[in-house]
Amino acid sequence: MDSVLTNKNPIIYPKRTRRSRTDQSSTDEFSSTNRIRDIKDPEHPELSLEDLNVLTEESVEVDDHKSYVIITFTPTLPHCHLPTHIGLCILVKLVQSLPARFKVDVRVAPGSHDKETTVNKQLGDKERVTAALENPELVALLNKMMQVC
Amino acid sequence: MKLMDKNLGLVEVQKLEGHTDRVWNVAWNPAADGVLASCSADKTVRIWEQSSLTRSWTCKAVLEGTHTRTVKSLAWSPSGKLLATASFDGTTCVWENFATDSESVSVLQVHESEVKSVSWNASGSLLATCGRDKSVWIWEVLPENEFECAAVLTGHSEDVKMVLWHPTMDVLFSCSYDNTIKIWWSEDEYGDYNCVQTLGELNNGHSSTVWSISFNAAGDKMVTCSDDLTVKIWKTDISMMQTGEGYVPW
Repeated sequence: MDSVLTNKNPIIYPKRTRRSRTDQSSTDEFSSTNRIRDIKDPEHPELSLEDLNVLTEESVEVDDHKSYVIITFTPTLPHCHLPTHIGLCILVKLVQSLPARFKVDVRVAPGSHDKETTVNKQLGDKERVTAALENPELVALLNKMMQVC
Repeated sequence: MKLMDKNLGLVEVQKLEGHTDRVWNVAWNPAADGVLASCSADKTVRIWEQSSLTRSWTCKAVLEGTHTRTVKSLAWSPSGKLLATASFDGTTCVWENFATDSESVSVLQVHESEVKSVSWNASGSLLATCGRDKSVWIWEVLPENEFECAAVLTGHSEDVKMVLWHPTMDVLFSCSYDNTIKIWWSEDEYGDYNCVQTLGELNNGHSSTVWSISFNAAGDKMVTCSDDLTVKIWKTDISMMQTGEGYVPW
């Protein structure tokens, strides 16, 4: 991973007041957001995806009945070079926390990134995602992003 | 309609447990009754057999210690004597001797990254493999379980998901993350394979990753499925192709 940051001055958004947790096991929009909002940005590990507005409450669409979750995230810059890592991390976090019946779809917000189609296709390929997650270096990186989450 | 449903319904016979991670593929042994193989992300392959007495299935062998990553797919040779396995570790293994001690007789290590699929031709004289490195390899099966590279086919611009030989002719089909299906044909018996047709978006092909191909027994119909949410059925004039007049497009 190169050490040059593409977004040296990210905009940090004010934290929204968090509603107190009621039922941890429910899979409505709220608890899905809660599991992923604190994922650390790979470039700025002191900031979360929520701080940077990469994820907002609007990012999450859950249909408990049909067992699917769709997450739409917005990279901080259109040419940010790590959208796949962010997307993968969101995917992994949700797959780990949600019941096995759920299908999780993670995609880049339309129009928010140059490589939107490429990234979406990679994140939607279960075989490619599985193979990538067999790479210990990548897993270590993703775990770091999910620390204290 | 209700009566029809009852007759065509599928009933689970048995659940085979043993693998410790996702099971990616299964294959029936074409020559032996009541034998099937499965492969898994747990890096192993299991051979299951049905007891002729009790009709129940048990695990007869676990092929392990050879693949170091997920085993993605597998294929029995037409004789049922050999089993080829394709793994994310980049190798393709060929196994035999299941009754006694399953042995890995050959390890083909040529792909630069994950191997996705493996297929034997109808006579068992050729083996094909494909992978994320975008290439398709054709191997000649020689005596004493030796494999010699007959062709390296480049043409796909992305990860090749599956290869499959035609059921009656030595024509090879491959499908890919590049959204196309490619058909590889050799004019002569010297193994010079060329891509004679590409089924892509512009000629009624798929608009996203093509995952799988399957043929009917006669080989005149093919079905493909894709990330574009469709299943497509294709046809060709197989009798014309079999006369040796040349290739007939799908």
